[in-house]
Amino acid sequence: MTALGDVARLIRSKNAGPFWLTIDVFFAGPADFRRAAASPLTDPELIAGLYQVPADAVQVFLLDQLDAIKISFPRPVVQGALTDADLHAGQQYIPLLSIELPPEDPA
Amino acid sequence: MTADAVRVLVPVGMLGGGFPPDSVARARELGADVIAVDAGSTDSGPYYLGAAAAKTARAAVARDLRLILLAARDAGIPVIVGSCGTSGTDAGVDWVAAIAREIARAEGLALTIARIYGEQDPAALLPLLEAGRIRPLPPAGPLDAGTLLGCSHVVGVLGLEPIAAALDAGANLVLAGRATDTALIAAVPLMRGRPAGPAWHGAKIAECGGLCTTNPGGAGVLVTFDHDGFTVEPLDPAAACTPLTVAAHMLYENRDPFLMREPGGTLDAAGARYTALDPRTVRVEGSAFEPAAQYTTKLEGATPAGFQTTTLVGIADPRVLARLDEFRTRVLRYLTNGVVRDLGLAPGEFDLQLRAYGHNALRPAGAAVPVAPSAEVGLLFTSTAADQATATEIARYANPVLLHAPLPGASALPSYAFAGSPAETERGQVYQFTLCHAVDVGAPDELFRTELEEIR
Repeated sequence: MTALGDVARLIRSKNAGPFWLTIDVFFAGPADFRRAAASPLTDPELIAGLYQVPADAVQVFLLDQLDAIKISFPRPVVQGALTDADLHAGQQYIPLLSIELPPEDPA
Repeated sequence: MTADAVRVLVPVGMLGGGFPPDSVARARELGADVIAVDAGSTDSGPYYLGAAAAKTARAAVARDLRLILLAARDAGIPVIVGSCGTSGTDAGVDWVAAIAREIARAEGLALTIARIYGEQDPAALLPLLEAGRIRPLPPAGPLDAGTLLGCSHVVGVLGLEPIAAALDAGANLVLAGRATDTALIAAVPLMRGRPAGPAWHGAKIAECGGLCTTNPGGAGVLVTFDHDGFTVEPLDPAAACTPLTVAAHMLYENRDPFLMREPGGTLDAAGARYTALDPRTVRVEGSAFEPAAQYTTKLEGATPAGFQTTTLVGIADPRVLARLDEFRTRVLRYLTNGVVRDLGLAPGEFDLQLRAYGHNALRPAGAAVPVAPSAEVGLLFTSTAADQATATEIARYANPVLLHAPLPGASALPSYAFAGSPAETERGQVYQFTLCHAVDVGAPDELFRTELEEIR
């Protein structure tokens, strides 16, 4: 079993303004990118469940030229609200680290 | 160096963040045409807009601005500072202007300062709202008058036009209120007729200084704009820009990987090609800019959300940690009921939070883990009420409960670990972001006012 956190070159989460959260995942090459692209990481339903946001508001971008995946969705709570414990959303990628990737493409 | 080059030096991602003095002192040698630096953001949260207070240390802003102004004098070029005082309120512009005047006096600098004010009186925006000229941006809904009037401070986000007008009027130091980070950098290339796609794209790449380089914590960057594209290189000779570090920065803090909305249109970087000119310089061509049919000025607003008092309680007892969710729920329920019963507050008049740092405090709701993995957990108790005295009264009421709350069935009275004495900390007034809207304006400068002053 291989987890996303073992394969990604860089994962980061951040506000995109006070009302949006965006997560960038970078890979070292096309093989890792393709494995992640075929994993639940790119499933809006999984993201919606983890972050408790509507699935149809989750935007997933597969950036093959960069070997990167970008995921954006409205912040579950607006930045700085009384219940917001992560003002910059800098730790919101952590639940994604354990996502399991499918086996390596033999090609 | 090509003859049609326009060079913008971006010393650092945020004024007050600090940079190696040598990196900016090279402005003349590098042939820079302007130094542009951002001084704010919404990223530090609603307080700085709501209270019109800067988050940066004054001494740090003065240190950076002095080095920038000296380098600009040496090179004979102007300086553009945007989002002054973190949130870009009028007080923020005045705050940076006061620092600039002190530096000018101490260093004998001749400055023509343009102060561009963009704070909006919420009541003055009402007619625009009633005229249907204020529209929501996703994910917001339509704005209502009560929300608008409830804001303690509202700023309009300015584009490049008021900056360009200030430079045309002879300013060599432009201090702008809230501005798009990109407008500061794109202003001079666009004034000199460089194409809009590369101008806005290069500006986005450089907006955080060295963040698009291999040494994100180091010096800033130099961006060179010409008629076909732009190149970007680090100011730190030991750092590099690579096609990957540059292209990756387009994603940073941006909802869409390719599109970015500006007041006058949309940058589309989908067709951009990134090539390495040498091991540390990247060339970008193919970026496009689609002008919008309607020029818009985005609004940012923050509303008072009460006064807050906090108490930090440390817990290491493994029996409590094993049942932490139950413990937390019970304590919170007990205190909520007690505040209503003993302090006479109605349920809607106060807010209590009990965040377990070390156990799911940072996990999104759908990703909570069942048992605390930590040997210690910090419970942060937060009470928020209409005034400071009430918030603190609640925290004092909670004090013995937070110190001694026993597990169900326990026979002895435990004591947990307060972080200090007094146990409670007053945080003053807190705020929330409320506006995510844009105004259809008749002209780019409709909501902005510029004041020029000469310092000789």
